[in-house]
Parts: sequence; C-alpha cells; structure tokens
Amino acid sequence: MDQLLQHILNALILGGTYALLGIGLTLIFGIMRVVNFTHGELYTFGAYMMFMFVMPLQTNFFLALILAVVLGMALGAIIEVVLLKPLRGADIDTTMLIMIGAWIAMQNMEQFVWSGIAKSIDNPFPVEPLVIGAISVSWIRIFVFVVACALIVGTSALIRWTKLGKAMRATFQDTETAALMGIRINSVYIATFAIGSGLAAAAGALLGPIFVVYPTMGDLAALKSFAIVILGGLGSVGGAAIGGFILAMMEELGAGYISSGYRDAMGFLLIIVILLFRPTGLFAQKERIG
Amino acid sequence: MNRRLIEFGVVLFFASVPFWLGNLYYLHILITTGIFIIAAMSLNLLLGYTGQLSLGHVAFFGIGAYTSALISIGFDLELTDTYTFVFEPKPVWFSFLCGIAFAAICGWLIGKISFKVRGAYFVIVTISFAEVVRLVALNWIDLTEGPMALNNIPPFTLGIPGLWELTFFKKEPNYWLVLALCVVSFVIVRRLVQSRAGRAMIALRENESLATSVGVDVTKYLVLATVISAGMAGAAGGLYTHYIRIVDPDVFLFIYTVTMVIMVITGGKGTLLGPIVGGLIFGILPEALRGLAGPEVQWVIYGILMILVVYFLPGGIVPALSNWWRQREDNQSTSSPGDAAPGTAS
Repeated sequence: MDQLLQHILNALILGGTYALLGIGLTLIFGIMRVVNFTHGELYTFGAYMMFMFVMPLQTNFFLALILAVVLGMALGAIIEVVLLKPLRGADIDTTMLIMIGAWIAMQNMEQFVWSGIAKSIDNPFPVEPLVIGAISVSWIRIFVFVVACALIVGTSALIRWTKLGKAMRATFQDTETAALMGIRINSVYIATFAIGSGLAAAAGALLGPIFVVYPTMGDLAALKSFAIVILGGLGSVGGAAIGGFILAMMEELGAGYISSGYRDAMGFLLIIVILLFRPTGLFAQKERIG
Repeated sequence: MNRRLIEFGVVLFFASVPFWLGNLYYLHILITTGIFIIAAMSLNLLLGYTGQLSLGHVAFFGIGAYTSALISIGFDLELTDTYTFVFEPKPVWFSFLCGIAFAAICGWLIGKISFKVRGAYFVIVTISFAEVVRLVALNWIDLTEGPMALNNIPPFTLGIPGLWELTFFKKEPNYWLVLALCVVSFVIVRRLVQSRAGRAMIALRENESLATSVGVDVTKYLVLATVISAGMAGAAGGLYTHYIRIVDPDVFLFIYTVTMVIMVITGGKGTLLGPIVGGLIFGILPEALRGLAGPEVQWVIYGILMILVVYFLPGGIVPALSNWWRQREDNQSTSSPGDAAPGTAS
C-alpha cells in the first residue's frame, strides 16, 4: 500500500512535466498543423541552458529557470521564422521532413558543443527529503511539481482569457476566416511556436536538476510527447494535460510492478492500444483521419 | 532493347568492382552501402509510391537481422520452470528466408493496425512500433542477449551439401551477394510499381478519396505495400547480420530510419533510381567527410542538407536530372515547345 502511494506520488510529479511537454506539442500541432520534431531538442536546450547558467555561470537557480524558458521561446520563434514561415501552405509531410532535418542538426550541435558526457545540475533545496508517514519526496521534486502546475494553469488562462489566446483559438478553428477577421496569422503562429517551445524548454529545465542532462535526452521526451498528444486528442490542451498524468502513472506503475526495463515502452504500447480501440484519442474534439 | 543493354552494362560494371578496386576497406563500405540501398528501396515503396511516411522502418530491418541471427545460431527459451524449448541451429539460407518472412508478417500486422490513421498519426505509430521493438530487444535478455549482443553469427554459405561448399568469410562473395539482392529488389519494386497494384498505390498517393471512389481497396494495397516493403527491409537486415556477424539492439536506432529517409528523399522519392542514387551518395559521403569533420559535424551537415534538399529540390536529384535532360533534348530538337509537365518520373 505504501509502495503504491509512493508510486502514485512519483507519477504525479513526473506527470506535471509530461503535461508541459504534451501541451507545448499539441498547441503547435493543433494550431499550425506542424509535427514538431524539434520539440525534444527544445526540451534538451532548456536543460542545457539551466546547466549553463547554474553550473559554470553560477547564476541564481530561479533566475536561471526563467532565463532558460525565455531563451527556449526565443529559439522557438527563430525556428518558426527561419524554417516554417517559408513553408506556409506546404503539405504536412514536407514540414515533417524539414523538422526532422532540423532535429538532427540541433541534436548533433548539442553533442558537439557540450560533448556526450551526461551532466548534473545542483539545486538549492535541502537534501533531506520530506517524509510523510511511509512515503518520502525530495524538495526539488515538490518545487518542480508546483512550477509545472503553475505553468499549465498559466497557459490555459492565456488561451482562455487573453486576446492572444482568443486569436489562437480562432486560428485553430478556421485559419482563413480568422485571417479575414483581421487576425495576423503570422504573429499567431510565431507566438504559438514560441509558447510551445517555451513549455518544452521549461520541462527540460525542470527535469534537468532531477535527472542528468545529455544530448540525446530529447529523443524519448519527443516520442513521449507524441504519445501524450495522441492520448489526449488533437489540439486539446486539457487532453494533453490529463494525458501527461496518465502516461506518467502508467510508466511508474509499469516500472514498479511489471519491469523497469519496459518503463519507456509503456507510452508506445499505449499509443498502439489507443489506436486499436479509439483512434480519435480520449478527448478529441475533431475527427483526425484525413 | 537499348535500355536493357544499359542496365546490363551498369550491373556488369558494379559486378567488376572487386577486381579493380584493390582496397578491402572501400569494398566493405560498398557492401554496407548496398545493404542500406536495399533498405532504402523498400522504404521508397511506402514513402515514394504510397505516400506513407513510415518512420519505423528500421524495425523491419532489425527484426530481419535478429530473426535470421537467432535461427542460424539456435536459441533456447524457458517456457515454464520444467520445460525449455530448444531450437537447434539451422542453415543460414533457411534463417535468412525466415527473417524475411517474419519481417513481412510484422509488416502485415503493423499495416493492419496503423493504416487506421494517416499523416502525422501514422508517422507517430510507426515510430512507436520501432521503439517498442528496440526495447524488447534490449530487455528480453534470455533470447536476444540484450546489450551484450548476439555474437558468432555464421556467415552465408553456398554449395551442394557434401560435395562443395563456399563460406562467405571474404568480402568479395559478400559484395556479389549484396549486389545480386540489390538487383532482385530493384526488379521486384519495378515489377510491382508497373503492375496493377502499383498503379493503385500511386493513385491513392495522389488522391486517396478519388482512388477510393473508383473502387481501389485502399487498406488492401497499403498493407500489401507494407508487407513487401517489410520483407525487403528484413532481407537487408539478414544480409547485414550475416555480414557483420554481430547484432545488438542498436540496429533499431531511429537514426538508421532517418538515414534511409534521407537517402530516399535526396535521390528522389517515388522514382526507381532515387534510392540507389541517394544511397550511393549517403553511403560514400561519410567516408569522404571523415577526414574533414567529426561525426557530430557530419550529422549537422546531413540535417542541413536534408532541409536544403526539401526546400530546393523537393522531388530529389533523379527527377531534377531527368527534367533537365528532357529540356535539353527538347531544346536540341526544337520541335515541341516546352510542355514538360512535371509528371511522375519513372
């Protein structure tokens, strides 16, 4: 029982960052119809920025987190303007290939700059974990969970209540009509990609201090984000948030009770099972085939 | 007639390479390049002719490699505490065929599941499949030895039992074997593409709703293409495993799928020669660049090259060259004014 509680707690904390990754990807996918293969690299980029600021530059931990997210957003905006803007109207396969090329180039640049050796990041929280009864949790994990939840709520609020959010929702529903109503689609796209990238960078910057940072860490993160998006349904922010928690729960319980070697396989098995029984995803609003 | 002669000449040229190349390392590079060309041709069948971007293709390659390796060296499986299933080693040609068959069966299964969805979802499903297979190969240590890899895989043999036998230890016979299978794969793809089934595949690439409305059974042809494609990839994997003679879960790495995709896209997807041209370029380029740049920088260059090709040569090298050739001929004859519609190149 205690073991189960511990697994559930771990899953909740991991699920927060998974949800960030999923929301970032589903926003870009839903609004721009781009399968963002660089998503995992932005996650890695966030983690490396955190490493850069905290370890060699000795910046304050919290300031470093903010800087990592802001730089992630900037990098996302650059990718959008340089790679995707010239491809407006191109079919989804073409943009997918471009993004795969960008992914390979970015990942190997990271490998070149920071070498393949895994790096760890110090954190300012007490080493002694918080113990409640039989379960224990480290302070850094609590911090990560709180920040992730704050970012999820913040993103939802942005989409629901701000003018930009309204423009994003309008573009999601009907790009052409939105353009006719005077919404600047290009700006919406840049903002969407920047926000999505910022969320991925935040996830990397948050998980970096818990795990270690290495150049190929983004691969699994990207694939898991895809799983979360499929789980939650196309373009559904709420679905992606819940999907993130479900995936984390499956991984934790699967690792705890079945086999830890297959931990990372859970997400992929989930995708295959969902496609067999409910190809529209759990929370989809639109039909996805076509 | 003329064309046949040219094709024969090209094959003859490649068959003569071991006689004058005189460098075993270069021959090794050509062998691995040939194996990747077979894999790229199989991917081209899906990506180029049916228009489905399968990013899990390396799974079929790896399944072929592992199946063939396991059957040729034998294995035992503890099914229950008391009963152990022991599989005796079988001859390599038999294991090779089993590898092809098993990869094709997996292709059928995955085709049945994943063609419920299209586009981005299909891509993600195929990636997931490859990752699951990689994790199984990594974790099912009783069977696959996991990261310790399967060693001492026997090489190919050729001969009449008891009378005469040739074991493919040297590079030259392996080279000719790979070349022969390249030719066979090429012929299979060409026959398929020019058949009724191939026309159906192209039709549903161009416009799936239209193809459906004139009575093309979409799922049937997509699954057929996947089965053949998976079988060919499995053959490439079998060749690889009996040539390198060691196989570990790294054969399932996503980067190999990407290599195949780059080969097909650069050469020209949906063309018969595209994967061969792209495969030769990207098989030999790493060696040419080796002295100039480290592997990371090379991969950065590939990534950028891929972006540039998609931007500036969206059809790939082969269609661009054949268009250029056609225009030149048009200019020389000056008969028909340039109505060179960019149709599907053959």
